[in-house]
Amino acid sequence: MARRLHPLIAKVSSRPEARAPSPGLPWWLGGACALAVVLALTALPLGAMLVEAGTLDPGALFADPWVARVIRFSLFQATLSTVLAVALALPVALALAHEPRFPGRGALVTLFSLSLVIPTIVAIFGIVAVYGRSGWLNGALANVGMAPLPLYGLPGILVAHVFFNLPLAARVMLQSLDGIPDNQWRLAAQLGMGPLARFRLIEWPSLRAPLIGAAVLIFTLCFTSFAIVMTLGGGPRATTIEVAIYQALRFDFDLPLAVALALVQLVMCALLMIASTFAPGDGSLGFAPTAQDARDAYPIEGRGLRQRLRTWLERRHAPDRACWRPRAGMAVRLSRGLIIGSAAGFVLLPLAALVIAAFNGKTLSVLGDPATLEAARNTVIAAFATAALALALALGLLSATRRLRVRARRERIGRWLQLFGNVILVLPPVVLGTGLFLLLRPWADVFSIALVLVVAINALMALPFVLRVLDAPMMRVARQHDRLLQSLGIRGWNRWRLIDWPVLRRPVGLALALAATLSAGDLSAIALFGSERVRTLPLLLYQRMGSYRLEEAAVTAGLLLLLCLVLFATLQRLVGEGVRARTR
Amino acid sequence: MTLPVSPHPTLIRPALVAALLACALGPSVAGADARSLTVYTYESFVSEWGPGLTIKTAFEAECGDCTVEFVPLDSSAGILNRVQLEGKNTRADVVLGLDTNLMAIAEDTGLLAPSEVDTTELVLPIDWTSDVFVPYDFGFFAFVYDTEALATPPTSFEALLDAPEDVRIIIQDPRTSTPGLGLLLWIKAVYGDEADAVWEKLQPRIVTVTKGWSEAYFSLFLNGEAPMVLSYSTSPGYHMAVDETDRWQAAAFDDGHYLQVEVAAALKDSPNLALAREFLAFLPTPPAQTAIPLGNVMYPVVDLGDDMPEAFERLIEPASVLLLSPDVVRDEREGWIDEWLDASTR
Amino acid sequence: MLELDDVTLALGEARFRFSLALGADAVHVLLGRSGSGKSTLLNLVAGFAAPDTGDIRWNGASLLALAPDRRPVNTLFQHHNLFAHLSVAQNVGLGLHPGLKLTGAQHEQVRDALAAVGLAAHADKRPPALSGGEQQRVGLARCLLRRKPVLLMDEPFGALDGATRQEMIALTRDVTASYSPCTIVVTHDPEDAAGLGARVLRIADGQVRPEPSA
Repeated sequence: MARRLHPLIAKVSSRPEARAPSPGLPWWLGGACALAVVLALTALPLGAMLVEAGTLDPGALFADPWVARVIRFSLFQATLSTVLAVALALPVALALAHEPRFPGRGALVTLFSLSLVIPTIVAIFGIVAVYGRSGWLNGALANVGMAPLPLYGLPGILVAHVFFNLPLAARVMLQSLDGIPDNQWRLAAQLGMGPLARFRLIEWPSLRAPLIGAAVLIFTLCFTSFAIVMTLGGGPRATTIEVAIYQALRFDFDLPLAVALALVQLVMCALLMIASTFAPGDGSLGFAPTAQDARDAYPIEGRGLRQRLRTWLERRHAPDRACWRPRAGMAVRLSRGLIIGSAAGFVLLPLAALVIAAFNGKTLSVLGDPATLEAARNTVIAAFATAALALALALGLLSATRRLRVRARRERIGRWLQLFGNVILVLPPVVLGTGLFLLLRPWADVFSIALVLVVAINALMALPFVLRVLDAPMMRVARQHDRLLQSLGIRGWNRWRLIDWPVLRRPVGLALALAATLSAGDLSAIALFGSERVRTLPLLLYQRMGSYRLEEAAVTAGLLLLLCLVLFATLQRLVGEGVRARTR
Repeated sequence: MTLPVSPHPTLIRPALVAALLACALGPSVAGADARSLTVYTYESFVSEWGPGLTIKTAFEAECGDCTVEFVPLDSSAGILNRVQLEGKNTRADVVLGLDTNLMAIAEDTGLLAPSEVDTTELVLPIDWTSDVFVPYDFGFFAFVYDTEALATPPTSFEALLDAPEDVRIIIQDPRTSTPGLGLLLWIKAVYGDEADAVWEKLQPRIVTVTKGWSEAYFSLFLNGEAPMVLSYSTSPGYHMAVDETDRWQAAAFDDGHYLQVEVAAALKDSPNLALAREFLAFLPTPPAQTAIPLGNVMYPVVDLGDDMPEAFERLIEPASVLLLSPDVVRDEREGWIDEWLDASTR
Repeated sequence: MLELDDVTLALGEARFRFSLALGADAVHVLLGRSGSGKSTLLNLVAGFAAPDTGDIRWNGASLLALAPDRRPVNTLFQHHNLFAHLSVAQNVGLGLHPGLKLTGAQHEQVRDALAAVGLAAHADKRPPALSGGEQQRVGLARCLLRRKPVLLMDEPFGALDGATRQEMIALTRDVTASYSPCTIVVTHDPEDAAGLGARVLRIADGQVRPEPSA
């Protein structure tokens, strides 16, 4: 019965046993440090604000009609923006879902995800260039003899909010619609369902949860939006709480009002966050790991550049298999094309206007201007620092929560600790900045350490995104291999080097890219702490727009956009994939 | 057997970041020169056509080995906000660009020092009693209009409120701009408790509210965005003298015009207080004042005699001079601004 | 001798209680339905779970204070025995040093181990390029190399089909015969026991009952 033993087995089995590995740092150290930093950056400023608030009179505060109006306007514009963004995104998502082989579909959806990378202030400039007083739209209207349409005020805020959030909503809804199994479509066709019935019975049930989740998120984003309201608000008539806090601090030096508004904002954001936990949906916003992501983690060697480019464009956006959709008439298909075209145009037009406007008589002089160069330098420094800090915090936090969730089987505690990474959602940038200002002003000249404060705030702003990108890959490795790692004694630096980093490399590249571009394009933190001494490109752009030096602003906007794209591509590529060519 | 990956990206990056942060922080602590003076002022003061360069050159010639550094901030009231924000750690030695409306508020911060400058011989429409602030020019707020867009300008606030729809104005934010605050106080001085009704009625005419005077005047008004802008009765003087055109004129209002006296002061905690006081003493002297009429486009505080531009004789004379005392403004400003905000958003 | 001395564990709603002594040099097959506690038993022995009460001893010495990599225990899982981004040789090498810092002699050992399971030609390939059976063989090669006195196998043949399964069972017999560890194989297929020439232990409701072997 026993087979003849292979001679080698006998040879191998006479070797001595493996030596024991050495212990490393405690597993909770990274998490504890990360949490300590996050808490220090949020609890201390919050404490400073509460101390200042102790002198406030809440009765007088809420009786002030200005405060009431600001709160009302914030809620009003956020509601209107959300409704518009979601309502307009729905036909776009439906159109795209029903045209799975539409040429350039992948590119369009990728364009939609760029709204995360394009700096707000840059897009605002593009919007002004198209819809503004002397923009393309009014130029065209003037040619046909119509009066110009006003941009500043509520219309401008709505246009900008829809510009940023329609792609987000469309992407989320499209992902959900693409997930509907083909058989449901076939069944619908067989049963002779018309479009309305199809919508009611197949599409809407799939859309309902992600749509509500997206709506809640979009509402939060619009409620706390700063740069858009600052530039396009056009005056006291259109002021949100976030902008009012900034103005109380930087215009009036009215610390009590600033703190009062900041605390109101905090309460509102906390309520929104609680509301969002009740909203259905997985909260992944299009970043949900798909099967393609799992494949990407272990890429197959030997793919040529062109194929990789095509895969990059199509990946994660085109349905994975050849799919079937109900046949539709020419008219319907044309109207779908029109909808898709309009959406694409709406998103592309401001970008195109910006690029065109950036090449004007002042281009070279602005590019060579020391103010521009210094602002660019500060922007890049802050971007890298933000990316590094956000990554360090995220990795520290996730390494500890991963251990809690997988090995210690404490899923809930682990998830709760991870929520601390989202603290910026409760303390928006201007609120946080106000607290930091109050905290640090007695000790230091805050304008001198502006870049440090900007980096700190930006890192907290980027942290939720970085966590979201890194969570799934880190958890996947842990869930699959935890016992094996324990059994082989692979821990600490060895684990990171051999096991985690190769798998995390791509997500880390993406996370760094996201954090860096978020910082490069941010206006809120720098608006608070910036000065003629320390400026970043967004602040410089905002000032040039504010002084109506539009040609210079155009060049600045173009430069900032270019910088963001280069930062994103470089970090994602260099870190995510490495400089060396893929070996065979 | 080689390792599949190399770990260096994760090591280099933090080191690089630390180095970059060090560079960013490095120049943050300013080492002030023993004889250098930092003056916070508004942007148009140091623009190419402004008086800043002339005054700087003249003062440096007089003091010998000192240097004057003007720090342009983006609005006039922003100067006060800025030193308040910076508190004791401010780098400023002198603040230049506040006006009478902000004097009491500024004094309350406790950051300013007595000027020790003799202000008794100055030529002003009012008596000067402050021992902290030194005036360097004055003017009257007025709506400047484009004669090519508006043939007959309104002659009073009532006329403005009743004017045809296309008579629209550009104004400044009273929270950030001294002209902005000036207009607020002008309307208050004329209408008292009915000011908010006037503001409400004025709303549809307002094209936009800018942060500072420069963008309102240069970027918007001179580019034809509106036929009228809030500025000074002296603004046309520049166009008449330098641009040699009568196109832009000031509208004389029967209600009278609000006076603005612009002032400078020294910071108490400045390490260069003596030099700062020298600078303040220098401001109301002819070498500095000659730059004012065509540099800052305001009236000088000393009699320049024949050095006054001829065009200035063709400027409007206010029917009456309106001015609210600094203490009244200090007590009421917040409430009045709230009233303005309220009326603007109704 | 591997002893579980009145070991109890409560996991959620389930209660487990194990008391058994297993001789070294023998292959034991643990049969039972899913949820009966087979994997739990292995987890306890390997150190991935800690008992509420009781003691686990190897040759008289308690194992409870030892981390999994310090115990004289090696585990082969049903899935994910290999890291997909490392080569086969690297995967095996991890059994010798968790940082893959191997001496020349150790490199040779890795080659020998792979040859012993018939995969010498695949040393530089990545696991996704191998079949399921081949992947499990790599895992076995690593176990062979580590040569720990206790070998635990958690449904190692579960994902394999007929012929491959038989090959794996044969290979396992050879490996266990070569250095005679105390082997516990968890499976739900009774035929595996026959193929391995093993003693059968039945596990049900969180307790083990020995069965007279064939």
